[in-house]
Amino acid sequence: MSRASRSAVGERLTPFLVPVLIVVLWQGLASAGWLSTRVLPAPTAVATAAWTLTRSGELPHHLAVSFVRALSGFVVGGGIGFCFGLANGLSRLSERLFDSTMQMVRNIPHLALIPLVILWFGIDEEAKLFLVALGVMFPIYFNTFHGIRTIDDGLLEMARTHQLGSWSMFWQVILPGALPSILVGVRYALGIMWLTLIVAETIAASSGIGYMAMTAREFLQTDIVVVSILLYAALGKAADSAARGLERVCLSWHPAFGRGQA
Amino acid sequence: MSSVAWQPSDPLWLRRTVAEPGTETVTREQAPDSGTHEAPLDFCGADNGEAVVIRGVGKRFGETPVLQGIDLSISPGAFVAIVGRSGCGKSTLLRLLAGLAEPNEGQVLVGGAPVQGFRPATRIMFQDARLLPWRRVLQNVGLGLRGDWKPIAAAALAQVGLGDRGGDWPSVLSGGQRQRVALARALVGRPRLLLLDEPLGALDALTRIEMQGLIEGLWREQGFTAVLVTHDVAEAVTLADRVVMIDHGRIVLDQAITLPRPRRRSAAVFAELEGAILSRLLDRPGGPAAFV
Ligand SMILES: Nc1ncnc2c1ncn2[C@@H]1O[C@H](COP(=O)(O)OP(=O)(O)OP(=O)(O)O)[C@@H](O)[C@H]1O
Ligand SMILES: [Mg+2]
Repeated sequence: MSRASRSAVGERLTPFLVPVLIVVLWQGLASAGWLSTRVLPAPTAVATAAWTLTRSGELPHHLAVSFVRALSGFVVGGGIGFCFGLANGLSRLSERLFDSTMQMVRNIPHLALIPLVILWFGIDEEAKLFLVALGVMFPIYFNTFHGIRTIDDGLLEMARTHQLGSWSMFWQVILPGALPSILVGVRYALGIMWLTLIVAETIAASSGIGYMAMTAREFLQTDIVVVSILLYAALGKAADSAARGLERVCLSWHPAFGRGQA
Repeated sequence: MSSVAWQPSDPLWLRRTVAEPGTETVTREQAPDSGTHEAPLDFCGADNGEAVVIRGVGKRFGETPVLQGIDLSISPGAFVAIVGRSGCGKSTLLRLLAGLAEPNEGQVLVGGAPVQGFRPATRIMFQDARLLPWRRVLQNVGLGLRGDWKPIAAAALAQVGLGDRGGDWPSVLSGGQRQRVALARALVGRPRLLLLDEPLGALDALTRIEMQGLIEGLWREQGFTAVLVTHDVAEAVTLADRVVMIDHGRIVLDQAITLPRPRRRSAAVFAELEGAILSRLLDRPGGPAAFV
């Protein structure tokens, strides 16, 4: 019994073994002086920097700024992508009107627009919002469109024979049918959201985590740079977990996501 | 009497569903003594079914004629089976009856009126159950019902022996159970014409026989007109008053089956009829002459 539970705990901890070893090694190398702080500060130094920045209120401020940017860009871009996906998925006319334009615009890497965006908006909030929204829009658009178009025809026909009105048709059949695909788009878009924000904040910003990292670089504060990088990683992970949670809640009916009989 | 007129407070309905919690294993043999079709049969009886008249119907897809000159009339409450080789146009005919497609020639009348689009009094069931995977079993049964639908859906579910599975997702049901749910959904609105397109085609032999008993019992009880497309001649002979065979878009056989119900597959007459229809289907010379 105790051996079984011990092995279960061991199994859960095994994946953390290698990361912990790396951190220990890193700390050892830094303490021994073989790793210059210019290259990489010791983990303890990074932790101290994070603590100091938190106490001074600097870190929470930049974190909040970045978070709001990410969120608003996601909402705006995702909203536009979702609406176009819905319209083009539901209406052939709308598809003929907009789909090929979307395909063309998608081929422009949105980060290549940074110089132009700086010319248009300077380094104000609009610049970041624009870039994030643009990056997020396409995965949501395509997955919404694709999700609607790939709903089983048999189900649609069945729903029609049950005289569902267009409203309940949408809420009971089309939206839930497209949701797995839409959520794939959401996860993909969240990845693009952080990546875009990192680049945009690093190049053109006066606040935010990327800005914090760039100012630290000027003063050779590698510890703060590492704190920023870790923050981005943590935020990315949090967004991914949120998306997974959303999938578990929204797709509980799906054998691949649900926890069986709820 | 339209399907809307029926109310869940109908005492006969309640009696039927409450009295029979374990319809799980109703088989053909058990059906007569289960007592389900005594009062209810008189109650909704033959007047619940709708007559079907098909006059000179032709249907083409592009240049290819799929159905040609089909004439068929089905009296209210009858059970007709349609058999034929794969691709002969059985499903197409059923879709015309359902109003899911329109004929290029001729007329399809259900209940005396030409079919224009899908009607609430007609229900169709397919080989795949077509349950919405994101709605629970009970919600699937109650799809499209308005008002206080839950007790009605629950009663229909109990009738197919799945009263305790209403809270499950369709994905956890077996194939046979999904078809039962589809049957409950088809019957919940009290259809007057039930169209079945190989509904048991994907089930194993034993489940199929169970389901046949269930369908026959519900048909006798509710008195709807039933049109069943099937590949299984034994199934057709078990269930139908008439077996209609389609070949190359035309009706080539219209065989009345007058065996008393419930029918036993082991009976000699049954085997004879089945053999004759089968050999006609396979177009073997010699067999069919006596029955055409
Ligand atoms: N929407 C369609 N467009 C073009 N051809 C069609 C269409 N629907 C059916 N057909 C053709 O009509 C013919 C009859 O099809 P149908 O589905 O009615 O056959 P079936 O008798 O039900 O066959 P099975 O027993 O295999 O289900 C087939 O040759 C099929 O290819
Ligand atoms: Mg067919």
